[in-house]
Amino acid sequence: MPYFLLEIGAEEIPDWMIEPALEDLRARFQAAFGTFGGSALITEATPRRLVLLAKDLNEKAPDVESVVQGPYLSAGGRAAEGFARKCGTEIGRLAKMQDAKGERYVFHQLTEGQLLPAALSEKLPEIIASIRFPKSMYWTGKGGLRFIRPIRWIVAILEDQIIPFEVAGIQSGNTTRGHRILGSKHPIPITMETYEQALRDNFVIVHADERKRRIEAGLGPDVHKDASLLRTLVYLTEFPTPIRGSFDASYLELPKEILSTVMRHHQRYFSVLKEDGSLASAFVAVTNTDGDPDGLIRQGNERVLRARFNDARFFWQVDQQKKLSARLADLAKVTFQAKLGTYKDKTERVVKLASALAAQTNADANTVEIAALLSKCDLTTDMVKEFTDLQGVVGGLYAKAQGEGEAVAIAIYDHYKPVSMDDSIPRTVEGQIVSIADKLDTLRECFKIGMVPTGSKDPFALRRAAQGVVKVLFEARLELPLLALVEDIPQLAPFIKERIQFYLRDVLDFAYDEVNAVLAAPLSTIPDLADRADAIHYVRPTADFEPLAASFKRIKNILIQAGVDSGIPINSDLLKPGPEMDLYQASERAAGSIRHRPYREQLAAIASLRPGVDLFFDKILVNDPDPAIRQNRLALLYSLLTEFSTIADFSEIVTS
Amino acid sequence: MDTFQDTIFKLKRYWADRGAIIQEPYDLEVGAGTMAPETFLRVLGPKPYKVAYVQPSRRPADGRYGENPNRLYKHQQLQVILKPTPEDVIEQYLGSLEAIGIDLRKHDIKFEEDNWESPTLGAWGIGWQVMLDGLEITQFTYFQQCGGMDLEMVPAEITYGLERIVAFLQNVESVYDIEWAPGFKYADVRLADEQQFSVYNFEMADVAMLWQEFELHEREAQRLLELFRATKEKQRFPVLPTYDHVLNCSNLFNLLDARGAISVTERVGIVARVRKLAVGVAEAWAEQQNPKEEAAA
Repeated sequence: MPYFLLEIGAEEIPDWMIEPALEDLRARFQAAFGTFGGSALITEATPRRLVLLAKDLNEKAPDVESVVQGPYLSAGGRAAEGFARKCGTEIGRLAKMQDAKGERYVFHQLTEGQLLPAALSEKLPEIIASIRFPKSMYWTGKGGLRFIRPIRWIVAILEDQIIPFEVAGIQSGNTTRGHRILGSKHPIPITMETYEQALRDNFVIVHADERKRRIEAGLGPDVHKDASLLRTLVYLTEFPTPIRGSFDASYLELPKEILSTVMRHHQRYFSVLKEDGSLASAFVAVTNTDGDPDGLIRQGNERVLRARFNDARFFWQVDQQKKLSARLADLAKVTFQAKLGTYKDKTERVVKLASALAAQTNADANTVEIAALLSKCDLTTDMVKEFTDLQGVVGGLYAKAQGEGEAVAIAIYDHYKPVSMDDSIPRTVEGQIVSIADKLDTLRECFKIGMVPTGSKDPFALRRAAQGVVKVLFEARLELPLLALVEDIPQLAPFIKERIQFYLRDVLDFAYDEVNAVLAAPLSTIPDLADRADAIHYVRPTADFEPLAASFKRIKNILIQAGVDSGIPINSDLLKPGPEMDLYQASERAAGSIRHRPYREQLAAIASLRPGVDLFFDKILVNDPDPAIRQNRLALLYSLLTEFSTIADFSEIVTS
Repeated sequence: MDTFQDTIFKLKRYWADRGAIIQEPYDLEVGAGTMAPETFLRVLGPKPYKVAYVQPSRRPADGRYGENPNRLYKHQQLQVILKPTPEDVIEQYLGSLEAIGIDLRKHDIKFEEDNWESPTLGAWGIGWQVMLDGLEITQFTYFQQCGGMDLEMVPAEITYGLERIVAFLQNVESVYDIEWAPGFKYADVRLADEQQFSVYNFEMADVAMLWQEFELHEREAQRLLELFRATKEKQRFPVLPTYDHVLNCSNLFNLLDARGAISVTERVGIVARVRKLAVGVAEAWAEQQNPKEEAAA
């Protein structure tokens, strides 16, 4: 059974687009050639080639038999003749079939399965042209094929046979290319068997995993682990070789945040750690070569790094000439968002909001105010203009250097945190408050002007901001009324509620109905909501809980049908001794006893009402002929429902 | 060891040998080689073109009073335009590095994604920054749009950062230590330039006067573009002088920006004003280059 090899040779494809492109290529190939069977589809890539290997394909797609329906016998001989002619056969070869309207002619048509080479030739151009990239270009002229970068060659071989087709003026063939510098300057003829070795001989390791291992082997145990940098380098090289360089230890005076950002983001170097975890004055660069025997590459990289570090040192010195507090006025020149004014406006709002929030917590009001005031000032520094990822961090480092105090410095340093769901929250309550105020302000202002995320469109990362707020509030157990802070802005409260729901369900792992039950009850703070969900989750497996939840649902329906939506006083004189009076008394007792107790105990107490509720529904008819008694029973049920639904709306619980 | 000027000679020779016209720098202040008409206008339309030139590029905000070893108010770019892009463009480019004495077998070359965009020119392209042993030495761009128009023929733009490349070749830490010609350092030739223009751009430029100048050039460009639309004599119309006024606007905008004279709200608006003029000129030029289409329309 034949193997098929496709190699799309292109100019250097951006590293981060390669894996999704391979996935897309695989899916499209699978969809187009699934009928040919095959035991495995293997994809590989380097910056200059997307490769697909299909194993054990069938040489022909299965024949497909279909039934073509013809005229009824009653339509006469001419209709039958016409049908037979259309099917390319004679009347004698048509079959007959009975259906509701009578007997009719049918033709069993056999469509022969396409042969593999023909199918490949026909469909591959379309498959290659439709691989999706986040960005694409044309190069053969206006209206020409769009791809991520120009395609320069295509290998398409089915065993020893070239599958001919053309894409963007490139004719498929059986020649590949080697490493730009180390490989042959000429096209390299290959076969299915020699492909990998021919590439290897020309300094191309086609397997991403092998390149990864090769890099890892050269890193050394003292290198700071960095999986995402590693992946980038795997797809930036065809023949990776790590080399180690060093820099003058005097640069270690600069903050480690700045040094590692220069190394990682600007130079794609791994940093090296000393035994105590601090930075060593060394780095590892991954080259796309077979080595550096003369040390020229090392020297070059050291020189570049030195210049970068000098820049950083220069920025640091220049920036210190103007304190953060003196930069406040400059924020009027930094746009927050075109329609939302400047960072000066934003700062003023954030200071106000942060101070109001601080007053509701044990945060130091003064620290919060100063940190909020200075939080965006680093945007005007040369350091942040150069290293934008370090916003906040630089502000914190400068605040410390300028004597603003440790607490203010930490709050500024941390206030963009958490930048993702995996990131940690600010270390101090003051940092947490500034972080929340900053994000809430962004959310409030964007929603005010209608910048509301839709579907996958969320250019201002508002979901992440809202998720960050929820995470900080939960993890720091800050008892702040989040929803009350946004209820004046249409659409924002439901948006935040969605994020809370996501957090409880997907991060804290509560069942969806538990989360719905909690969110349907009166809303409070995030830690409180989480505690309530926790209590439900805890009490749920006990025998009484789910039946009680079912009864609550029944009560809710009865009340809806009766049109009761507000409290009616209960007249205890009208209560009949027995289940009715018992339930009333039990509920009064429970209500009195559970106040100020932990939610788990409260729920256990509520669950214990179950026998009383069951007995009530067993023995008592709510719809009593006497309207006064009926009204009183509805009042009892209403009171029961509202009294015990403050923790959660149990009717949301899905019972088995 | 080659001097700064030797390296420039060699690059020019290399591209001349491959059929490029060797142009001299455009004689107006521009922020990048792309803005010179030899790139901005020549990439438009269906006519093949190959050109290389050194373009001194002014970025007032990048000035550092001659005190930073790597940052300059004005740097020298060697700009190559190959339209249409030859299939072996990257091989040709790598050959140019060999031609200036870089033994690629002993160095590490990487092509890292870096797309280019100029909002004031309504232009963008896709490409890479070329890294040599971790140093960005070239911006390589496949132009896709210019003056707001999809390009009919896709050119490759190769922009060499000459100071960086030569500092690398001469193994010096500061651009000011580059040997420009035997016995003359970069500092001897250009340091005063950097110092004085930093002082002027950051401290002394008369903001009101710059605004006036900006508006004068803008008005003249607008006036000419309106005349172009009205006239039937398109072929002899001064589109190129119109573009000079746009370039003046662009440079004045950069000066005002460096001087801190442009507020946030103004900034977006002014970029849009310059772009509108640039797009107008690009359209006029394209029309002038392709009169048949005009007759048909």
